[in-house]
Amino acid sequence: MFPIIRREEMASGTIILNEIVAPMIAKKARPGQFVILKSHEEGERIPLTMADTNPEKGTVTIIYMVVGKSTAQFRDLKVGDSFQDIIGPLGKATHLEKVGNVVCVGGGTGIAVLHPITRGLKKIGNNVTCIIGARDKELLIMEKDMEKASNQMIVCTDNGSYGRHGFVTDALKDLMDAGQVDMVVAIGPVPMMKAVANLTREKKIPTLVSLNPIMVDGTGMCGCCRVTVGGKMLFGCVDGPEFDGHQVDFDELNMRLKSYREEETKCYNEYCTMRDAQ
Amino acid sequence: MSEKRSASKIDRVAMPEQDPKVRARNFLEVPTGYTMEMAQAEAERCLQCAKPGCVQGCPVSVDIPGFIDILTRGDVSGAVQRIWLKNALPAVCGRVCPQEIQCEGNCILGKKGKPVAIGNLERFCADYVRENSKDEALPEKQPSTGKKVAVVGSGPSGLTVAGDLIVKGHEVTIFEAFHKAGGVLVYGIPEFRLPKDIVAQSVNFLEQLGVKVDCNAVVGRIVSMDELFAQGYDAIYVGVGAGLPKFMNLPGENSIGILSANEYLTRANLMKAYQFPKVDTPIPIGKNVVVLGAGNVAMDAARTAMRLGAESVKIVYRRSRAEMPARAAEIHHAEEEGIEMCLLTNPTQYLADQNGRLVGMECLKMELGEPDESGRRKPVAVKGSEFRIPCDLCVVAVGSGANPLLTSDTADMKTNKWGYIIADEKNGKTTKRGVWAGGDIVTGAATVILAMGAGRQAADSIHDFLTFGW
Repeated sequence: MFPIIRREEMASGTIILNEIVAPMIAKKARPGQFVILKSHEEGERIPLTMADTNPEKGTVTIIYMVVGKSTAQFRDLKVGDSFQDIIGPLGKATHLEKVGNVVCVGGGTGIAVLHPITRGLKKIGNNVTCIIGARDKELLIMEKDMEKASNQMIVCTDNGSYGRHGFVTDALKDLMDAGQVDMVVAIGPVPMMKAVANLTREKKIPTLVSLNPIMVDGTGMCGCCRVTVGGKMLFGCVDGPEFDGHQVDFDELNMRLKSYREEETKCYNEYCTMRDAQ
Repeated sequence: MSEKRSASKIDRVAMPEQDPKVRARNFLEVPTGYTMEMAQAEAERCLQCAKPGCVQGCPVSVDIPGFIDILTRGDVSGAVQRIWLKNALPAVCGRVCPQEIQCEGNCILGKKGKPVAIGNLERFCADYVRENSKDEALPEKQPSTGKKVAVVGSGPSGLTVAGDLIVKGHEVTIFEAFHKAGGVLVYGIPEFRLPKDIVAQSVNFLEQLGVKVDCNAVVGRIVSMDELFAQGYDAIYVGVGAGLPKFMNLPGENSIGILSANEYLTRANLMKAYQFPKVDTPIPIGKNVVVLGAGNVAMDAARTAMRLGAESVKIVYRRSRAEMPARAAEIHHAEEEGIEMCLLTNPTQYLADQNGRLVGMECLKMELGEPDESGRRKPVAVKGSEFRIPCDLCVVAVGSGANPLLTSDTADMKTNKWGYIIADEKNGKTTKRGVWAGGDIVTGAATVILAMGAGRQAADSIHDFLTFGW
């Protein structure tokens, strides 16, 4: 059992932070890697990229949006409650390298995943600008953390309720026009990563994205998470989760993410009805 | 003895089974098991050969005439103890061993009639004792040697190694990547062929003996093999299975509704998705299902699809019936349940709708040509024979390869060109000192009993090493 020792609600309760005791994983995990969590005996295995780890305390931190039954079950766990299973660290770690000017672009809960990578890139001497965005001010997370992790920061909201009015890609385009960008890391919703990759492709700026395909085992055994990268079939869990954004077939990824949409909606609605009745 | 010889003229006692129409829609076990009377009647058929062929045919050399003889005297507990001397998992092996090419294939009675139903008897003994004795008698353990062994993977070979070494007085910890122990017995073989409580009981039995089972532990990620040695382990056994799904590499393979057999069966068996939405993991419910491949795994997938409510399930295989790798009994069961065999049929392309969902397969008819390097006649496409099979779910069951997760983390443990670990055939020693390997990660996908046989040999060799050195 893996107890939760800290729980925070972000973005008006739609995004949850859990800090979980998992000493072995905390000791081994590096930025960019993920864990698979299962909250109870009959629960689903959910992959989530770690937002932070603390080897001294022996904890890992996950930040997730409540989108279905399983994440709703996670949300309903209180401090002191436990996840039944956590498996990890899985996937390849981010290859952190000093390249010069790096722009880290994050959207939604992708910002949480981007945080340790941003921090790592700055630590080894890159000049890191981060661009974080959300639909609305209320949905923006980790502004202070990201500010600390980077050299400069631009905040965008789609509706102009906070920071710069517009998409993260608009801000990125301005940065690319204004000066040298040596590398881009983009983590967020699939359409955002696709838009960033399209933008940087023309100027051949190396662009790293972190993908979140549906998984079961997370160790390369089932092939559920297969993605097409550079025309080749790769597995998100063992070949990724990070890939060259210019090579990823985002449309296919988006399509495959909808594999169980009907089941997910039905399940979630039933869970919400049950929960409200209690 | 003369009594027994005359008794051999009676017919083999048939295994009672659920009616095909009923069982094709439920997940309960298909064969319901012998009664005591049936078991004893079948046991009486054994000729008690002086040079028993059955024992030679058994990869772990169970004393088959011995346990059958004890069974004829009504001592089921004594019979199962005789089996345990060589095989710690009789309830599993009685169900999933290919007896027809092993023990039963070598039974003298099989020359003129039907062989003794050794598998059914083995299963009966294990089930009877499990269901009727309150406290399972534990084998005697040797005094502690103070040596520590790590077993990576909790499938049939890992469980065998753990069981053998714990009774010899060594400290054993099993590391399992999944959240539940049992390996392929849990994620691969369906409930209707091997009830999961039997696997759980086998694992529990080892735990009672003192084996520590660490689930959620992906060796190669959370801990490396060298770190295990640094933590004080004296020997490591690697039995991680052949967990890398093969796909067809045909156009459209990433469409929605195409799953590897590993994924489909893991969802159904390990995650119990056949109970969705009572459990949280979904599984695609196909109306018209195609399963590619004709091995035991393909039969398991096809029969699972039928039980999940499919209107039609087709096995699509490019060779003919004679080349199908599945056990005859599995093919028979599948056909009884209404699964169609589309033989000499080769898929060439997956067809999807505008939402990326599978709607059919483009196929070619094949005919058999000259024998190929495997000795089987090579299927050759018939020109102009293109046709379509409408389907909304396709399970790809064309075999599996070596999963590189652990081996790529351990450079000094050498692998062959297919990624399988190179290990001594006789004792399982790998090229890395203190590390043994066995089962599918050495041989490629094979059977439960062969993995157990490899585990037994390795356990003997590990014990020698811990006693005398490398």
